[in-house]
Amino acid sequence: MPVEHIFPDSASRDTQGEFETEKMSLSMGPSHPSTHGVLRLQMELDGEIVTKADPVVGYLHRGDEKIAENMTYNQFVPYTDRLDYLAPLANNMAYSIAVEKLAKLEVPPRCQAIRVITAEMARISAHLMGLGAFGIDVGAWTVFLYSFTEREKLYKLFEELTGARFTTSYARIGGVARDIPAGWTDRVDAFCDQFLPMLEEILSLLTRNKIFTDRTFGIGVISKEDAISYGLTGPNLRASGVALDLRKDKPYSGYEQYDFDVAVGTQGDAYDRYLVRGEEMRQSVRIIKQAIAKLPGGKWYAEDAKRIFAPPKDKILTSMEELIQNFMLVTEGPQMPAGEVYFEAENPKGALGFYVVSKGGGVPWRLKIRAPSFCNLSILPKVCVGAMVSDVVSILGSLDFVMGECDR
Amino acid sequence: MPKALDAIAALKGKWVGVTDRASLDEAAVNVPASNLVEVLKHLRDEHGFDMLVDIAGVDWSLAATPRFTVVYHLLSTTSHEYVRVATNCADDAAPEVPSASGLWHGANWHEREAFDMFGIRFSGHPDLRRILMWDGYPHFPLRKDFPLSGVDTDLPDKEVVAETKTNAIAAPMAGGPFVASPGEINLTDAEPTAKDESWNERRPKPGA
Repeated sequence: MPVEHIFPDSASRDTQGEFETEKMSLSMGPSHPSTHGVLRLQMELDGEIVTKADPVVGYLHRGDEKIAENMTYNQFVPYTDRLDYLAPLANNMAYSIAVEKLAKLEVPPRCQAIRVITAEMARISAHLMGLGAFGIDVGAWTVFLYSFTEREKLYKLFEELTGARFTTSYARIGGVARDIPAGWTDRVDAFCDQFLPMLEEILSLLTRNKIFTDRTFGIGVISKEDAISYGLTGPNLRASGVALDLRKDKPYSGYEQYDFDVAVGTQGDAYDRYLVRGEEMRQSVRIIKQAIAKLPGGKWYAEDAKRIFAPPKDKILTSMEELIQNFMLVTEGPQMPAGEVYFEAENPKGALGFYVVSKGGGVPWRLKIRAPSFCNLSILPKVCVGAMVSDVVSILGSLDFVMGECDR
Repeated sequence: MPKALDAIAALKGKWVGVTDRASLDEAAVNVPASNLVEVLKHLRDEHGFDMLVDIAGVDWSLAATPRFTVVYHLLSTTSHEYVRVATNCADDAAPEVPSASGLWHGANWHEREAFDMFGIRFSGHPDLRRILMWDGYPHFPLRKDFPLSGVDTDLPDKEVVAETKTNAIAAPMAGGPFVASPGEINLTDAEPTAKDESWNERRPKPGA
């Protein structure tokens, strides 16, 4: 029996005819699973195509820069945890190096190496989070579960080192809060060894996954020129083919001693950004292993910087001079010369910069935070236009931003 | 010789108003607002400082003249050097500098932020709106005369509050609920509690 088709001559149906279309506005966020926080996108749609996108940021604005002007340099360290809260160790490090640059203070090699190890671990954990969330955005749940298992192992190591999982506040101006515990480097080394094959497994869930590639190939293409003009940094910039990595090009904290490669994309699409992050994790493992292998001995803080770094606790309780020193540090803050410095560190999301203006004393006159996520998001009005609504989700996932940092 | 110093020597030869700026790290210049865009363009096109990494407003205090300065940080993606360009705003009451958004797309948001936080206007900016605070917010929070504890301000959208009947309290006013302000609020009462407040540690559960 022949079935009845609702279009008797569907082969000759006119699909190219002119239709009256109406622009529709769609507000995505601030509470939306794919906006990774409180980003709101005010979009104008023509059918399924985005014709205009205006990101609305600031929902998480806490006035960190205002707060910084009202407290001593050391007191601001915990606030840096809350910038890119997926990599607080890297933020702590960037901030303390910026202030040390102001004080012209060189920290001992052991401190530098500890900072490098922690910052690279933070990079791995941040990228794992980024990949997992990106996977969920485009429908690949499994990656998230695997990457969170690995991230949990890192957080256990962070907890052992700093006493906290998320808000580590580990770095201090002129050093780190405490030396690494006995056997900790062995456990980090063991983590690296089991992580590398695991990473390949996690990445293999996406790299040749048909659904994933269909949703990322050629999506959100950012040209080299645009990436530079919009001030993109980090993996998003490198995915567009600009081999700018501050760890390589403006080495700080002893990064010049380590052998690693800079992952660079060729096409600048969402897939390239994914690949670059994957490769960066492999390189971070390389850096961590090298840093552990030649971890220098000595102090983990600048011992001579008496007006900047607090003396050891046992000395404070037994010696008058150290007690006074500690008292002055807590009440007056670390003493800085007048002047201005700018320092950028290569954080997981991009270049996190601090512009510190000092009039002397223990409190910054102005502390400008150059947030990589803020700059990375500013390209959205350009890159979303012409994309489908579902591509926007993919673009957001691939840009891997953190609103805590963007809004400050 | 570092390219940044070369560039600064060239700038000083080309524009008389350009002067050295005291700096603890990167090469830095002061540029009059009238030459700002040309200088930035020159640095970008002739000296390879192709990336604008940051724009920061600075308030030097209410007594200072000039009160506001805008500081640009440029990075060369080839020689990997920074250069700092600073411009003072001539008018302390209505600070204004020309916009760099014609040179770098990224300047757009940075300038919106400086406008939002300091009230510095950027002439020629295509879309100078607030970015972190909401449209219609009446203050400039990073100015030195703005108190840390904030200023009482109406919520951005009273209609929404009226319609949704939300019991919204304007966010960080008077230092927020957890900052001690003697006599004003009882901190224990201000802490978040379970919805059922008929009993707690001090008030025994009815019937217990």
